[in-house]
Amino acid sequence: MADYILIESRDPFDSAEVGRFLDLAEGLAKEGGEVALFLVQNAVMAARHGAKAAALAALAANGVKVLADSFSLQERGISPNGLTAGIAVAPLSAVIDYMATGRRALWH
Amino acid sequence: MKVLNIVETAYRATLEEQDDPVVWILHAMKGAGADHSVVLSGNAVNYAVMAQGVPPLMFGDKVQKHAPHIAEQVAGLIAKGVQVMVVRECLAARGIDEEELMDGLALVKQAALPKVMNGYDQVWHW
Amino acid sequence: MMGKKTLTFMLMDAPFENARTTTALRLIDIAARRGYDINVFAYEGAVYLPLAAQARHANAVHGTDAAEEDHPLPREWVAAVMQEAARNGGKLDWVNCGLCVDERGANEAIAGVRRGSPADFWKMAGASDNVLVIPTR
Repeated sequence: MADYILIESRDPFDSAEVGRFLDLAEGLAKEGGEVALFLVQNAVMAARHGAKAAALAALAANGVKVLADSFSLQERGISPNGLTAGIAVAPLSAVIDYMATGRRALWH
Repeated sequence: MKVLNIVETAYRATLEEQDDPVVWILHAMKGAGADHSVVLSGNAVNYAVMAQGVPPLMFGDKVQKHAPHIAEQVAGLIAKGVQVMVVRECLAARGIDEEELMDGLALVKQAALPKVMNGYDQVWHW
Repeated sequence: MMGKKTLTFMLMDAPFENARTTTALRLIDIAARRGYDINVFAYEGAVYLPLAAQARHANAVHGTDAAEEDHPLPREWVAAVMQEAARNGGKLDWVNCGLCVDERGANEAIAGVRRGSPADFWKMAGASDNVLVIPTR
């Protein structure tokens, strides 16, 4: 089974296609691969605790490791302690780490 | 190396470029020996609609010739042996009937994409 | 310690238009600091990223002159990342798509940038440990 690093740069308030990308992440995890979803740029808006972004909250409980870019969070004044449960803060270098191990990398 | 290209963005700069730049580069890479396939998703599923065409375009007395022929571009990939898949749910969401589509496409369900993706060495999302 | 890797990036965005440019260069910088070999294929508006003619300007809203404003210039970011890669035992091979350069008049790029074609991207991708396409919208 292939492992993946999916990079989501868009937020669900701006793009209806984000939901399909999250579904893809979940589907890849169900196929047996290790899947990480890295939120960067405006995508971190959906990681804020209280944001109306139920699909993202559910993803963390469904086998996908959900990470939020520390730089993007700070840029938007989102506290690392104020994220939806199950979402962890990570530096952008995590993406390069995953790419270096050969995970297929997709940017949305 | 087998690559799956998931194309989602559509009609971006196609009038200025006379092509869809992603479909164009897929043609170019095929010519360079690429072994790749395509999934049309999101708004890009409209690229499979045969009846599309660009009305005449003029700025002042400048007539822009050579409008993009997106459907023909996609059909051209199929003719070159590139498998082109289209996501069913994206068609349905946009009210596109199968009868409107070109021949040679493979319709796939969104839920099938993970299995499809795992059959390739690389997956590039455009 | 991780071994040396070769990563290829496809970029499509022109500078000064959206956040993807900065994120892409941050990723490339991280790879450069690790001494990786990095290939960048600049397609579409991304051929403007290393444009030599990018210049600073004063900013009346800030009340600054050009030197004080010190406006970011992506060509300097690109040059700096090239140097960083070399400093760490790697290299950054930046290829501008030739047809994209022609139609945009983006011929004058900084040193170290070369002109190429989609065949170059395919070749780079095939010779890499991994590839990331960062599409525009």
